[in-house]
Amino acid sequence: MDGVLTSIAVVAGVGVVLAVLLEVAGSLLADYGDVSIDINSGSRKLEVPGGNKLLATLREEKIFIPSACGGRGSCGECRVRVMEGGGPLLPTETPLLTPEQRKNRVRISCQLKVRGDLQIEIPPELFLIKSWTVRLARKTRLNYDTVELRLELPEGETIEFKPGQYIQIKTARYGKVKEEVFRAYSVSSSSRDNRALEIIVRLVPNGIATTWVHDHLEEGARVEISGPYGEFYLRESQHEIFFIAGGSGLAPIKSILHQIQEENIDRKATFFFGALDLRDLFHVETMREFEKNISGFTYVPALSNPSEETQKSWKGEYGLVTEVVARRAAEGIKDGEAYLCGSPGMIDACVKSLTGMGMPEERIYYDKFV
Amino acid sequence: MSETELTSALVILFAAIFTNNIVLTNFLGLCSFLSVSREIKSSVGLGAAVAFVTTFTAAINWLIYHHLLVPLDLVYLRFVIFIVIIAGFVQFAEIAIERFAPALYHALGIFLPLITVNCAVLGISLFMVIREYGLLETVAYGLGGGLGFLVGIVLLAALRWRIRRSRVPAALQGAGIAVILSGIMALAFVGFSGMLTIN
Repeated sequence: MDGVLTSIAVVAGVGVVLAVLLEVAGSLLADYGDVSIDINSGSRKLEVPGGNKLLATLREEKIFIPSACGGRGSCGECRVRVMEGGGPLLPTETPLLTPEQRKNRVRISCQLKVRGDLQIEIPPELFLIKSWTVRLARKTRLNYDTVELRLELPEGETIEFKPGQYIQIKTARYGKVKEEVFRAYSVSSSSRDNRALEIIVRLVPNGIATTWVHDHLEEGARVEISGPYGEFYLRESQHEIFFIAGGSGLAPIKSILHQIQEENIDRKATFFFGALDLRDLFHVETMREFEKNISGFTYVPALSNPSEETQKSWKGEYGLVTEVVARRAAEGIKDGEAYLCGSPGMIDACVKSLTGMGMPEERIYYDKFV
Repeated sequence: MSETELTSALVILFAAIFTNNIVLTNFLGLCSFLSVSREIKSSVGLGAAVAFVTTFTAAINWLIYHHLLVPLDLVYLRFVIFIVIIAGFVQFAEIAIERFAPALYHALGIFLPLITVNCAVLGISLFMVIREYGLLETVAYGLGGGLGFLVGIVLLAALRWRIRRSRVPAALQGAGIAVILSGIMALAFVGFSGMLTIN
């Protein structure tokens, strides 16, 4: 009996001593004091506590750097030019930066820890990004694994965004998930409807944010968001438009289609939507409405893995979305312009297939959400 | 400190590097040995970090073992305690290095926390118990074992650098050829045996 107790005491004792030592070391050694951050040569000066990542530090000060992955170091969107301070490039940053960006002192702000005074440069329009606490006014089920959220801004507030841009939402703690995360979702509603935003969320098995939205977020709840972010919006040109999306990638395309309809933009446009089976389609009626209201617009859903049941009734396209694009539109691709939204795998496949058919890479636009 | 103690420590130091190399004779720490030996620069970083950690953890573990576990008759707990000490020490080293030597911290990068799960580090702490070393001998063994890992991984990285342009059969590329190379290196290191012996 004694032996058991002493062994427990020893293991616990060693653990406690180590934990205390580390805690003390952490608070003594990792205390970097207050540091100053100078933004755009004096246009704003911040006095902030050091020790956190640059992205999070700026977010505390209400400066929102775009970040599609929410600070996990996978998307490489949160680029900031660090003119002075910051130390050498980290191994986690290198793969996300081109040699040219490295030469221009671009850093990934979610990886860079603020240890001392910094001088940074960010595009001035980032000061326009704001944050709100919005109310979930409506949660609509679009199909078995996808919901659409309507988020209302506080009384009297409006949001200006370009159709195609995205916002970030902050999830709350729930169940066993003890952390709050930031996730990016494209706005699916019209930009004229500027007192509210709609986003589309597809359930990812075991996804922290999507599980929260699907199972824990109820109508009337308050959600923190910031935005708008992103370079994904309709370019002004006369090229024929090819929208290609899968899953919740439909959202920004829908917003852009609202714009095309409202502004009477007279361009030929086709929307290829890739899905596995009939049950994965959603907003089909909305798309048929767009077809009626926008001359020159066609909606082409394609099923890549239809069940036998589906095959009896489905009159539309079969196959991977890239194959369907090649089959239906090979002629126009060369002079066209493509807008892609979907999984990284789908985007890579589409870029490869489109450039293979002769579309120049600079006319292919996408936001990769990783 | 007697002269025999010092000699024995020196013998152990060199033996741990050459004749009883932890990677090439005990085959411990192979995971990082194979995965971080693609470039010479990073292998030097990892090797140095391992040597640093083994030296200190072996000494700390010796003190804990002989002044806490043996008196309390709890030697069977050494596995748990040693691992906890190693993890704690690596954490501590990481915080300290980040604060005081940012350049070194950047050079080591992710290798530092990875050392926690390097079994060569635990192996060295366990061998020092089995072989009944004194404190000085343990420090020498910890340093020697770490340097042995450094020598081994840098040599392997150099070999892998040399065969970059060789025509390795497709099935053996990457880890496959690295395992074969380490096998050949282990054979070569047998050549050192008999030079020095440690018990």
